[in-house]
Amino acid sequence: MSSETPTPPRVGLFVTCLVDLMRPKVGFAAAKLLEDAGCTVEVPPQTCCGQPAFNSGDRATARGLAKQAIETFEPYDYVVVPSGSCAGMMKTHYVELFDHQHDHAWLPRAKAFSDKVFELTSFLVDVLKVERIRAIYDGTVTYHDGCSGLRELGVKQQPRRLLGHVIGLTVAEMADAEACCGFGGTFCVKYPEISGAIVERKVAAIAATGAPQVLSGDLGCLLNIAGRITRDGKPIQARHVAEMLAGMGHEPGIGEPDRS
Amino acid sequence: MAVRITSPAFKANAKRALADKPLQASMRNFEANFIGRRKAAAERLPEFDALREAARDIKTHTLTYLDLYLRAFEDKVVKAGGHVHWAATAEDARTIVLDICQKLGAKTATKGKSMISEEIGLNEHLEANGIAPVETDLGEYIIQLRGEMPSHIIAPAVHLTRSQVEADFRRAHSHLPGDRNLDEAATMLAEARGILRERFLAADVGITGANFLIAETGTSVIVTNEGNGDLTQTLPKAHIVLASIEKVVPTLEDATTLLRVLARSATGQEQAVYTTFSTGPRRASDPDGPEEYHVVLLDNGRTALLGTPLQPVLRCIRCGACYNHCPVYQRIGGHAYGWVYGGPVGSVLTPTLIGIDQAGHLPNASTFCGRCEEVCPVHIPLPAMMRYWREQQFNQNLTPKVERHGLSVFAFLAQRGWLYRPLGRLAAATMRFLAFGRGRLGWLPFAGGWTSQRDLPAPAGSTFQAAWKKHVKARRRAAR
Ligand code: SF4
Repeated sequence: MSSETPTPPRVGLFVTCLVDLMRPKVGFAAAKLLEDAGCTVEVPPQTCCGQPAFNSGDRATARGLAKQAIETFEPYDYVVVPSGSCAGMMKTHYVELFDHQHDHAWLPRAKAFSDKVFELTSFLVDVLKVERIRAIYDGTVTYHDGCSGLRELGVKQQPRRLLGHVIGLTVAEMADAEACCGFGGTFCVKYPEISGAIVERKVAAIAATGAPQVLSGDLGCLLNIAGRITRDGKPIQARHVAEMLAGMGHEPGIGEPDRS
Repeated sequence: MAVRITSPAFKANAKRALADKPLQASMRNFEANFIGRRKAAAERLPEFDALREAARDIKTHTLTYLDLYLRAFEDKVVKAGGHVHWAATAEDARTIVLDICQKLGAKTATKGKSMISEEIGLNEHLEANGIAPVETDLGEYIIQLRGEMPSHIIAPAVHLTRSQVEADFRRAHSHLPGDRNLDEAATMLAEARGILRERFLAADVGITGANFLIAETGTSVIVTNEGNGDLTQTLPKAHIVLASIEKVVPTLEDATTLLRVLARSATGQEQAVYTTFSTGPRRASDPDGPEEYHVVLLDNGRTALLGTPLQPVLRCIRCGACYNHCPVYQRIGGHAYGWVYGGPVGSVLTPTLIGIDQAGHLPNASTFCGRCEEVCPVHIPLPAMMRYWREQQFNQNLTPKVERHGLSVFAFLAQRGWLYRPLGRLAAATMRFLAFGRGRLGWLPFAGGWTSQRDLPAPAGSTFQAAWKKHVKARRRAAR
């Protein structure tokens, strides 16, 4: 008797406001990776995870947005986010938001929700145990660790594991890949000079590897890094790791004119 | 007497620091040194993380029973023949120290490194009352020559280049031959040592900080790498220990656990070069030591933190690891923070000590990268505590107006998806149009902060959600 085929996991994709607005490609790449790995992917209408409000001290708004996201994504088996920063917000801080309130109605919902939220590469490696990636890229890249993914979710080896499955690709590690790029949400607009000085050194570390391409798992960091790279006129491409893994490594990088 | 506070001018301070070439040059070496050394030290010690947990637990436990341990400490100090003075405020502490000095007819006081003495503005107070304070830690000595505050808790002069220090030495030590060689750190250290030697012998009072106070034995512990702490506390007639109340730990064993994480976190050493335990004044059988031993226990707002969400900051053992790993501190140095404590722990502590209205920038000027919490040997959740201050500001209406308005617009839209999504599409299309096919925007109204430092990559023109809807429809059609 053949065993019954397991129902594919139903994944709700949370695309983050930056991906939605600035680089939709990342959303498509994420959806492709999840579908290739056997998931059913849906994108329910959504806005923002609430992180900007939370980090600005506006807890009431953050709580409102957390409730909105929890309600929207409760029907799914998993919530996958192509961003360590937003995933970190949803996985760790939502619980904190209701915990402090001793909110008996929402705290258990936030906890159950938290268990289902994953950053994209961590979901592929840690949950789906993906061992094959259908992508070829002949070249060298370097990888910037986004802070929240790294420190709130322990995302470090997962993207590198996946990149290791891309035929022809080599990862050249930059000096202190774990150093912040200086984005920091509203930090980069509130303290632009300090932020600029931080990203300047990050870009120098990237350039020093000689790799013509930098990848990362967070569009916030990438907009910052790519923006500085194009401002300085450096011949380095920047893109989200999901794009590379989904076989879009040859398309225009962030901040480059697209051909459409 | 108030210590100069420039925290409200944080932005201007930071700008100046970024334009300060020598500062930028010194802060660059610094990054590689401290981060690399701590990492290596941590890797050499398999139980490092277990030790950190133990360290955190010791501090948490002590803070829970702080009153009991402080009283036990006092008891032991008195039994050993010393004196304990309780100082509720900075002013109290200054008065107590000055009194002790005056009773002894002191003309000079040598000092081992003490952040508390900076916190209470002790040097200025002693000077104003005719007593010359002499800093004996090389870094502190240098900044005293320059009339500056420390820019780091364990490396007070880390912001200076060697040539700046050389110039200071030539200016201050004018009695020495002008053609002497000061090309190396070692020759400068030797010169400072020579000058300090006389001061050590001449001093009537020695003032030190304390890394720990041990309740079990009534002992104060100080660590240095130069040995200056020892000379400060053993040579003069009286030794005054200036310490804040949270420095107390229950036992000798606890102190050694904390010492093990302290040096590794601070400088990547297994232990500091000198670790000195002092218990009471010299006994009849002792060959040397001070005749009087005083401990000044400073509160200065700390008890007010007990039982609040900020209590964990009192676990801090002043190792400086959070400074060393902070991308913001690494770029602007400690002076930009505008008061005694800088870096991430300063961003949490300073608002409690001088007021959030004065120090409002500090908890905001963080990228929340979380590296400070990652390296803190006693696991203080520094970003969460900065966020706590941001909440206080928001709730007290102290958040800057522009930001507040931005936030309320954002809150309004993000909670109304039906409005948010079409506006997002409009914004994406507009930005794409403004980029004129170049892929990036060099300037954008309302985004000056961003575009002053970098381009803004142009969006694709449609939002993901809109494009995905089309994609799903097309797929359905194809499947039919
Ligand atoms: S907060 Fe932690 S890392 Fe920073 S100085 Fe204190 S103990 Fe060290």
